[in-house]
Amino acid sequence: MFPDQFLFGVEVLLNGLMAGVLYALVALGFVLIFKASGIFNYAQGVMALFAALTLVGIMDGQVPFSHLINALFGTDVHHFGWHVPAFAAILLAMAVMVGLAWIVQYFIFRHLVGQEPIILFMATIGLAYFMEGFGDMMWGSEIKKLDVGIPQGGSFWIEEATAFLGGSNFYGFFIDQLDIVAAVVAIILVVLLVAFAQYTKQGRAMRAVADDHQAALSVGISLSFIWVLVWSLAGFVALVAGIMWGAKSGVQFSLSLIALKALPVLMLGGFTSIPGAIVGGLIVGVGEKLFEFLIGAPFLGGATENWFAYMLALVFLVFRPQGLFGEKIIERV
Amino acid sequence: MFDQAESFVTADGRTIGSVMMEMKNITLRFGGVVAIKDISFDVREGEIRAIIGPNGAGKSSMLNVISGFYHPQEGEVWYKGARRPEMKPFEVARQGIARTFQNIALFEGMSVLDNVMTGRLNHMKSGILSQAIWYGKAEREETENRAVVERVIDFLEIQHIRKTPVSRLPYGLKKRVELARALAADPKLLLLDEPMAGMNVEEKEDMSRFILDVNDEFGTTIVLIEHDMGVVMDLSDRVVVMDYGKKIGDGPPDEVRNNQAVIDAYLGVAHD
Repeated sequence: MFPDQFLFGVEVLLNGLMAGVLYALVALGFVLIFKASGIFNYAQGVMALFAALTLVGIMDGQVPFSHLINALFGTDVHHFGWHVPAFAAILLAMAVMVGLAWIVQYFIFRHLVGQEPIILFMATIGLAYFMEGFGDMMWGSEIKKLDVGIPQGGSFWIEEATAFLGGSNFYGFFIDQLDIVAAVVAIILVVLLVAFAQYTKQGRAMRAVADDHQAALSVGISLSFIWVLVWSLAGFVALVAGIMWGAKSGVQFSLSLIALKALPVLMLGGFTSIPGAIVGGLIVGVGEKLFEFLIGAPFLGGATENWFAYMLALVFLVFRPQGLFGEKIIERV
Repeated sequence: MFDQAESFVTADGRTIGSVMMEMKNITLRFGGVVAIKDISFDVREGEIRAIIGPNGAGKSSMLNVISGFYHPQEGEVWYKGARRPEMKPFEVARQGIARTFQNIALFEGMSVLDNVMTGRLNHMKSGILSQAIWYGKAEREETENRAVVERVIDFLEIQHIRKTPVSRLPYGLKKRVELARALAADPKLLLLDEPMAGMNVEEKEDMSRFILDVNDEFGTTIVLIEHDMGVVMDLSDRVVVMDYGKKIGDGPPDEVRNNQAVIDAYLGVAHD
């Protein structure tokens, strides 16, 4: 038997871990593109929103650009009248994200090779706002419900299995099943990504491009191909993140703002490390929940979750600017 | 001087094959600066061809033209009997032309083994999906390529540092790893940009030996740029001499050594 207060703390910790996994998913998309091309992709969050919008649109059989079509031709189309099963819709949405990766590379970044990082960054800001508007135009701006069949609500199994830990007022740990699924998916995703980077031809080429462009060219690697590949992978990660966040809180504009939560995660984990994104995400998730529980709510009037992650990141920036796992920054004099 | 298609025997008794690559009237400008001015020369199968000249003569620019990093405004590059269209560096590499860089361009974050493995990328044919799932063909390919890489590593005597991250290696060994990566691609033509720059005497001797062995053992045609006249004269079959972007000499080492224009360029004579 443990005191209730302690058990509640453990529950907060577990929920923090689950939230952290979702932060890590978004951060992962940033790391992939930054590592291979030195581009900090501000549009990663919007990509998650766009992916989720596309998925819902396909599943519900929505007619893309229906407002535009109706306005131009005076028609009244909105739905095809069919429903696409979740699995097929996910594959189709992935195909759209690959197409998007290709468009981004050939119409934007191909023309910006060798530019300053700040210019590349500005380009991704432009891309973010363009995609936001484009997504609205394509699928409409109302809040949509995303249901790909992931179970939601507290897990009774876990509640029953842990109820004995506390007294009569304790009913077991409350953990959302969706969070558990998200955690499992994120872990599988990371294992697959790492295996891909380490053991395949394209993965090796990807690491080579991330390391040295000139050397990569000299061994016959096409930079354009690798960048399309990397944006596709980031699109895939965005789709997964979009599904998880979309299922949790509906597909709406605020989805793109979760990207901002990925920033402190990246500062903690380092912009170039895949494991760093995971650990950083977990630290932010657990940190903000525990801080709120232990210090925020009792002493500071609560709502510390909004700023705690940034505060933590600031402390890291001062003492360890390369993050936990990032490559060391050594400036030769 | 010689018939294009015919092989001939050099003064050292080495047999040199037919023309593999020909540069025709290459001119390269950067804005108003002329880096290469109307230069023509050929490279023959199996030879070691050196390009020498004082600093800023345009030697590296010439190598960059061959490897597709620079595109000349005028002139033609002929490779294996056909005019080569303007190509990106990675396309040139896929044609069997490997290179090293003056300032070493290695993948610093990877191990020596991984670096050399990247040289095999173009010999792996498996599609992206089978690679991702990594079964059958892809796995067999990986094993075969690994065997080639191990042979190159043995050949250049870098077994002891196979697993070491490149960033930890001293300069001389990095140069050797870069050569290993180029060799792993099994190139028809190998371009070496100052392979001995910044090395001590012992390292230079080692590198010279490796270059000769590569040429002997694999029959690889080599074009190299070098400052050290002694090394060039010992290694190469034929030498192109450049100065201020122009070609001032071309021929076997002995002939070039006694060329008045070359002597002037190296000793420094007032240009009028």
